[in-house]
Amino acid sequence: MKFAVISFPGSNCDMDMYYAVRDSLNEDVDLVTSDATNLDGYDGVLIPGGFSYGDYLRSGAVARFAPVMESVKEMAAEGKPVLGVCNGFQILTEANLLPGSLQHNTSMEFISDWSKLRVQNNDTMFTDQYEESEVIDIPIAHGEGNYYCDDETLAQLKANDQIVFTYEDNPNGSCDNIAGVVNEQGNVLGMMPHPERAVESILGGTDGLKLFKSLLNHVRS
Amino acid sequence: MEKPKTITPQDIKDQKIYQDWGLTDFEYNLISNDILHRLPNYTETGLYSGMWSEHCSYKNSKPVLRKFWSDGSRVLQGPGEGAGVLDIGDGQAVVFKAESHNHPSYVEPYEGAATGVGGIIRDIFSMGAKPVASLDSLRFGELTNDKNRFLLDKVVAGIAGYGNCIGVPTVGGEISFDPCYDGNPLVNVMCVGLMDQEDIEAGRASGAGNSIIYVGAKTGRDGINGATFASSQFSTEEESDRSAVQVGDPFMEKLLVDACLEVTHNHKDILVGIQDMGAAGLVSSSAEMADKANSGVDLDLDLVPQREIGMTPYEIMLSESQERMLLCVKAGHEDEILEIFEKHHLDAVVIGHVNDDKQYRLIHHGEVVCDIPTSSLVNDVPEYQHDVVEPERLKNVKEAKVPVISNVNVMVKTIIGQPTIASKESVYRQYDCRVQANTVVQPGSDSGVIRVRGTNKSLAMTTDANGRYIYLNPKLGGQIAVSEAARNIVASGAVPIGITDCLNFGNPDDSESYFEMDQSVEGISKACEKFDTPVIAGNVSLYNETDNKAIYPTPMIGMVGLIEDNQYITKSDFSETGELVYVIGDTNDDFAGSEIQKHLEGQISGKIHFDLEEEFSNQRLILDLIHNHLIESAHDVSEGGIIVSLLESLFENDLGLNGEIDITKAQLFSETQSRYVVSVSQEDRESFEKLAGKKAHLIGVTDDSQQINLRLQDGQYVDDVTTLKTIWKESLSCQMKSKA
Repeated sequence: MKFAVISFPGSNCDMDMYYAVRDSLNEDVDLVTSDATNLDGYDGVLIPGGFSYGDYLRSGAVARFAPVMESVKEMAAEGKPVLGVCNGFQILTEANLLPGSLQHNTSMEFISDWSKLRVQNNDTMFTDQYEESEVIDIPIAHGEGNYYCDDETLAQLKANDQIVFTYEDNPNGSCDNIAGVVNEQGNVLGMMPHPERAVESILGGTDGLKLFKSLLNHVRS
Repeated sequence: MEKPKTITPQDIKDQKIYQDWGLTDFEYNLISNDILHRLPNYTETGLYSGMWSEHCSYKNSKPVLRKFWSDGSRVLQGPGEGAGVLDIGDGQAVVFKAESHNHPSYVEPYEGAATGVGGIIRDIFSMGAKPVASLDSLRFGELTNDKNRFLLDKVVAGIAGYGNCIGVPTVGGEISFDPCYDGNPLVNVMCVGLMDQEDIEAGRASGAGNSIIYVGAKTGRDGINGATFASSQFSTEEESDRSAVQVGDPFMEKLLVDACLEVTHNHKDILVGIQDMGAAGLVSSSAEMADKANSGVDLDLDLVPQREIGMTPYEIMLSESQERMLLCVKAGHEDEILEIFEKHHLDAVVIGHVNDDKQYRLIHHGEVVCDIPTSSLVNDVPEYQHDVVEPERLKNVKEAKVPVISNVNVMVKTIIGQPTIASKESVYRQYDCRVQANTVVQPGSDSGVIRVRGTNKSLAMTTDANGRYIYLNPKLGGQIAVSEAARNIVASGAVPIGITDCLNFGNPDDSESYFEMDQSVEGISKACEKFDTPVIAGNVSLYNETDNKAIYPTPMIGMVGLIEDNQYITKSDFSETGELVYVIGDTNDDFAGSEIQKHLEGQISGKIHFDLEEEFSNQRLILDLIHNHLIESAHDVSEGGIIVSLLESLFENDLGLNGEIDITKAQLFSETQSRYVVSVSQEDRESFEKLAGKKAHLIGVTDDSQQINLRLQDGQYVDDVTTLKTIWKESLSCQMKSKA
């Protein structure tokens, strides 16, 4: 099994994601720059957090035009797993691989904290190791994590079970407490919380591990 | 704007224009009569003014800085380079330094604080180290004032904006408030880096013909001669000196970190030296690099990437535009280096060469605009001996009054609601403290702790300063500042290994102010030698006065400790019910400079008591207890006294405490030094008491009552921990939102 972690200029959680796969999952992983035009040979792609291109225009708005995004779209279309965390989630919505968008937190401040999430859908390739409705502790760190979509989209998300994680104590104003969503096909997950920061007990918790293990099991099967 | 072309060397002399840039008559005459044997032109005079400013030359503080103890077996690089380096074993090293950005943060708090973070991060990676953590020590006037609320809000936003984006976790720091910082806030930033010892770089430009490469942001007209600006006093009427403040771009710096570390790690053979462009920008970096190698440089200013048209040589050389680095690369290998920067989407240009005549020579539009001995910029600055006069307030000092506590419940609530004491969560929640996925102990504890990936070791780090104690007794206050930092480090399970400092003081020409600096440095140095924590880097910020009113003398100590084995990492919270709670160290009537004295009397006074031997022996005891697995938690006792430490340890897990403590109500708030609150599991009681002996005083047991119930010498204190926690947690943000 081999994963690709995409490193955009300004990504700053790329190595964290890389280590999570290499050291906690013990799987092969490459850091791939955003100039890459070919992701052949990878079983899954992970888009990490950070401030791609400084996020000066709008989070993720420039990254969506990076050369590598064409290959990411191809992988998504092929049904291979694509995970976007934090800035990665923002990039996936900007690239129209996921519905909705991420606005400024209602406090207008950056928030760094542990957050409690509820697993709303444990029947996805990213979450089948979790119990149904399991509450997990995962860190958040974002200034623009306030998920927004229109009512029609929200109804669709609910009808298709696309809402994967919700906040127990909504920190940022996200509609319906949404912390993470999948696409209709179920192979593209975007989430604001950082599962790669919760894979070792020395860092305060291991609730993120099951996400990576779910992913690995899926790829293996 | 003045056109430099029209100002001749004779004009500079006759109209004493050099004085506007901070050069004295004596210094100007030294340059023209003894160094150059001619009159310096406009550009040359400007370069001397920047390089000879206190900020770059330490001409006023050098006699004092020499007193610092900088030895020790771990020291790989002491003061003098971008940052200090200590051996942490296994071929690895920790690199750290702190820097002040006080003046810019007052004028433009967001950018002032942001560029403070950016500047210190550059110092770390210019040594070849990966920046792994940062901390901030902040001082403001009281929050009853609109301006101070604005400053706090924007400084915190600036630190968050830069640190979060560049991806260096902010793992600790401290904030306190006193009226003396009105109009003169302190913003001190510390950065810590990790590296393999074989990768240590130095800022050197040697070997005639080798190339000088400029990397990073273009040079603009921001922060022109900021070093001179930082070396003068403020008056409120001139506070809009905005051109001297720089603007930060953390994205650009993220690219710079990645590219420079690639060069320093993979291309050491062709890299001669690297240094960041900080204070006095291009001139200080190039002159210092050349001088360290006893060489000179020829630079062609037309090749310097410029953001604006028509920039003069003076502006190009003294601009403090951010996110720029200077490299010296072996001749013939320039393209290899340029390609790396191009790959990282950065400007990189060869702007000149090392020469063999030791001159500092600048060409602009084909003309030589500066031709002076390189060494004179760095080494010929006169050093000033200042008079030291003991201030009257330090003579015949009486004991501080023991406060009368009429209602202990009200007093506890008042003290834990003071912004200096209250939780800073609303601030540090804005800092990404976990990026890089190494943070073991997050902000809010005594020290930030990050693990060293791939090893079983961790680093603990903290910043501390207490201007009140130093104001009342500079020498003991200096010892206390280091001790307080060491207590934080020790409480986390680490052995203190070294410090950096920011010396924040008033005008050095004031002999009383100079006395404070001199004495506190002696105190700091004595404690450092005792604890084996050498001073490996630092920074000086003088002239912290507004309208001739000086701040408390506030040297900030940034300390790093090494946790040899992660099993020793210790937190400051009581973790469960049934733990025995002890105080290590005796409690006396120590109210001089205390939070309660400030609250009740509106000012501070009285005698400071401190015993360095006792302090050291208590530190050793805490480490022994931790290494023998005899304590569950450790928390130092500092501002606000023992009641604050006890409550802080109870809050995290919503525990209660029941017991008896052999002190008075007033002594709950006493700030006697060298104390800790520790918790011990019942089964370790015997071994613990045997090892701790008389230093340990059992005061109670944790429970799930969510009440604190303490029998005291002169009464009883009972209150609801949950209510107190709410006050402690919400006070700061309430005061930020309320109008005076």
